[in-house]
Amino acid sequence: MTATSIHNTIDAVWRIESAKLIAVLTRIVRDVGIAEDLAQEALVAALEQWPESGVPEKPGAWLMATAKHRALDLLRRRQMLDRKHEELGRELEAQELTVPDFSAALDDDIGDDLLRLMFIACHPVLSSESRVALTLRLLGGLTTDEIARAFLVPEATIAQRIVRAKRTLAQEHIPFEVPRGKELPQRLSSVLGAIYLIFNEGYSATAGDDWMRPALCEDALRLGRILAELAPQEAEVHGLVALMEIQASRAAARTGPEGRPVLLLDQDRARWDRLLIRRGLQALERANALGGARGPYALQAAIAACHARALVAEETDWKRIVELYDELARIMPSPIVELNRAVAVSMASGPDAALELVDALTAEPALKGYHLLPSVRGDLLAKLGRYDEARAECERAAAMTRNAREQELLLERAREFAARSADGHRPQ
Amino acid sequence: MRFVILRRSDATMESDTPASPELFEAMRQYDDEMRKAGVLVAVERLQPSSRGTRVRLSKGEFTTLDGPFSETKELIAGVTMMEVASKEEAIAWIKRCPTLCSGDVEAEFEIRPVLDCGE
Repeated sequence: MTATSIHNTIDAVWRIESAKLIAVLTRIVRDVGIAEDLAQEALVAALEQWPESGVPEKPGAWLMATAKHRALDLLRRRQMLDRKHEELGRELEAQELTVPDFSAALDDDIGDDLLRLMFIACHPVLSSESRVALTLRLLGGLTTDEIARAFLVPEATIAQRIVRAKRTLAQEHIPFEVPRGKELPQRLSSVLGAIYLIFNEGYSATAGDDWMRPALCEDALRLGRILAELAPQEAEVHGLVALMEIQASRAAARTGPEGRPVLLLDQDRARWDRLLIRRGLQALERANALGGARGPYALQAAIAACHARALVAEETDWKRIVELYDELARIMPSPIVELNRAVAVSMASGPDAALELVDALTAEPALKGYHLLPSVRGDLLAKLGRYDEARAECERAAAMTRNAREQELLLERAREFAARSADGHRPQ
Repeated sequence: MRFVILRRSDATMESDTPASPELFEAMRQYDDEMRKAGVLVAVERLQPSSRGTRVRLSKGEFTTLDGPFSETKELIAGVTMMEVASKEEAIAWIKRCPTLCSGDVEAEFEIRPVLDCGE
């Protein structure tokens, strides 16, 4: 093997094995920061030795054994200071450094550790950005540099964020456990939120960006799929996976020539990835089969599924989408949900009913600077033939957004409406 | 990145003898491992070529030929699609395949990157 390909192979092995490695080590040493350091030391050892000795047949086991040896050394050195560490040291020695066979039945225990790691990395005591960085680092196997490139911040910033996060977890004595009972829904929501944030960051990437950015969608999907296998009884996990799979299915259709964004209803559906849609619909099925009241991710996924099932935009079941938004508004009331619901209402029942809803939202303080509000209002006014008012709304929306492409699109529409207004056109 | 892994067939796979329960279980666990790691996109095992047919177009004419086909090594036994970060990762996953664990197994896999619509 050449030097480069050995390194690429080690990177690949790291991606496959590191999360489990760190999870098991965290259980042993009871500290995420120390666990990650030990895992990193094992990686360094691999980088030093494997180019000479070749990649071992069971690389995961090799890394685990190496890390455990170092854990023992560390605990021995600390023996003088802390009785607890002494006990841990004896525990380790008693285990005789047995190494889990990652491909066998011990999977369940490792699964538990992985789940614990996910929860601790997304603990609410950490800032949202820290949860994202820590999750990508500990569970995604991304390097600090990769995370930095993906989020367009300096590497040092991410490094700091991760160091501080680990320190906070240690200082707050956050336990390494899967939350139960009343705590679980909020904690799970924190994990799902971090994963979806990663996905959206990737989804918002534009052509010409570092390829690490759109790759975030794949990372988020991978994390979501892993979580779905670790916690198959949680409907919202499948809901989130379904939502991401279906959104990702549209990636190829989202941009037109010269990178112009294409709205969902205008997209060439032949370019939607049917394999991802199938997977998304299956995940949605799993969520629904678990029964109980549907959560926000499952509902958003169900809405996305309505679009995915329509082979052409005209076949969209808007009535169903309105019903789903009704449900979503009940469990997650928000002006943004109301706005999206109004758009669906306009497609299902016509612009009049929708305009009433949107007019009610103009007083909403939360939507004050939100450019999509006047944008939607403009569209509805145009459909009612009130072109001059529509033009004004589009211009207002354009002034509110900082995104150059969106501005362009809105001003274009404003010009179109101005022309129709001048010509005295009939309503569309 | 997506990769398709084509598992080349061999005499045993073509012989239509069903796989042993142990092997079945091992393959199932292997698929499970990939699924749990979030990298498995799709997997299909193909029936032997005795159940297959070739359709050839030549000089404007179609001809069909039913299997089995003799050039076993050219035949495909299974197709797996994975989503991983690099070709090396796909290779690392192949090396974990249980049917390779018995010492005298000869096997060949072909890895091909999937063409991205954006490329």
